[in-house]
Amino acid sequence: MEYLIHILIISGIYIILTLSLNLIVGYAGLAALGHIAFACVGAYTSSLLALNLGVSPWIGLIIGAIFASVLGAIVSFPSLRLKGDYLAIATFGLGVIVYSIAKNWVGLTRGPMGLPGIPAFKIFGYEINNVWAYLVLVLIFVVITYVVIRNITKSPFGRILTAVREDEIATEAMGKNVNKYKLIVFVVGAFFAGIAGSLYAHYITFIDPSSFTMMESIAVLLMVVFGGMASLGGSFIGASVLVIFPELLRFLGMPSSVAAPLRQMIYGLLLVILMIWRPQGLMGKYKFK
Amino acid sequence: MLQIQNLYKEFDGIKAVDGLSFTVEDNSIVALVGPNGSGKTTVFNIISGFLKANKGRIIFDGNDIISLNPFKIARLGIGRTFQNIRLFPQISVLDNVLLGLKYETGHRFSSALFQTKRMKKEEADNIKKAEELLKFVGLAEKRDALAENLSHGQRKLLELARILALEPKIFLLDEPIAGLFPETKRTMFSLIKKLKASGKTISFIEHDLHSVMDIADKIIVLDHGKKIAEGTPEEIKQNKEVLKAYIGKDTL
Repeated sequence: MEYLIHILIISGIYIILTLSLNLIVGYAGLAALGHIAFACVGAYTSSLLALNLGVSPWIGLIIGAIFASVLGAIVSFPSLRLKGDYLAIATFGLGVIVYSIAKNWVGLTRGPMGLPGIPAFKIFGYEINNVWAYLVLVLIFVVITYVVIRNITKSPFGRILTAVREDEIATEAMGKNVNKYKLIVFVVGAFFAGIAGSLYAHYITFIDPSSFTMMESIAVLLMVVFGGMASLGGSFIGASVLVIFPELLRFLGMPSSVAAPLRQMIYGLLLVILMIWRPQGLMGKYKFK
Repeated sequence: MLQIQNLYKEFDGIKAVDGLSFTVEDNSIVALVGPNGSGKTTVFNIISGFLKANKGRIIFDGNDIISLNPFKIARLGIGRTFQNIRLFPQISVLDNVLLGLKYETGHRFSSALFQTKRMKKEEADNIKKAEELLKFVGLAEKRDALAENLSHGQRKLLELARILALEPKIFLLDEPIAGLFPETKRTMFSLIKKLKASGKTISFIEHDLHSVMDIADKIIVLDHGKKIAEGTPEEIKQNKEVLKAYIGKDTL
């Protein structure tokens, strides 16, 4: 049972990542490939604040999210000049930089040794260290993320984001400052990714750079595309399916030497089939052009 | 209303616009005519801020706008359409028009975040306005269709509706009748005339000299980035330079 709840908590964290990336990629159409870097900043900020300065994880979570937003603002600058594949490569590069810093700035992050013993969230003096309580906490953040991003997208402001995705030049011709919208989208997306990172760190109580590799960024992007670009419901499904599905394959009862690679292959095959059958994702409204 | 003064633009040594000056008077229809590659679209791109000129001034309502960003120029009241039609393809026809309309506060991030009542009211009012504009151009039934699913003529009309939503003081229409059926062409021209009747100023690009004769108040003929003639349709008909530029193509 604990295992099942654990999977749900991880799904919840990925849902926050997927929703926030969907705002950037699905709505505003900015091909960003470094989303996990924001989670990395959030996770390390709140963990280090708690470990070194004894700052409450609640405050650390907020500060971590703000730091992630600052990085988001920085990442948005290449997006002002670069489009499509070029932006993907540039954001990929920034993701690599953040990973390298986490891995090599041993004095601060302890590098590959990671940070053990990250304290849990406390509420009225009680530590949230059982999985049920943590599930509730994660779900609260999932709801907050969902409501904020739904509000942003269901509004004239959100309509301008889709216009930026569809045609930047035409958006400018309508008197909209495209750069401003790109900046806001990256700041908001990074904020929630930072929260997700912090939630992960205080749940697992140990982080190291290997949790924030580029493969993770790609996995989150796959969840967005799988569930559907510009569909928030799709992000719930995409993140949940792609977290839970590989776990189900554990129960096929094969020796682990076969099961692990087979899981990866089935996972890959699933994505290939989906892209052929439904390129806009399960619930998406928007296709890559 | 709009004065172009001594405008130059070079692309890798090729002079696309070469010392061009002209004026678009208040409440008039000015046609920019010329063969392919004569620099017409470049001029529009410079006026609307998408291209930076090498030299020259553009005076709009008394201010030099040459160094402003495209979105600021649009806000000042210069609305443009594009030769190849630039709609927002994967969103609805109605949303396309709504993107042209002005919001007082409803377009703000904070309005979205808190889903303010004012935003909802503005949105409801703007939807009504957008529906009226769609009716005006004859696309009312296409309200919920995706823009990418419209025919070429309908897309031209939608682009016009969207620019109407922006309520610019001057309309720059880049080949508004290119590739249209004769019937849609007439619709487009009658809409342009209606615009003028309602006090608007229009400048449009067209490469066929014939088609602009009964609609333009003034015609400016470009060739290789230079103005070779300017005048009323009657004057242009008699201009030898124009006949030379169009020789073998048109006998007027």
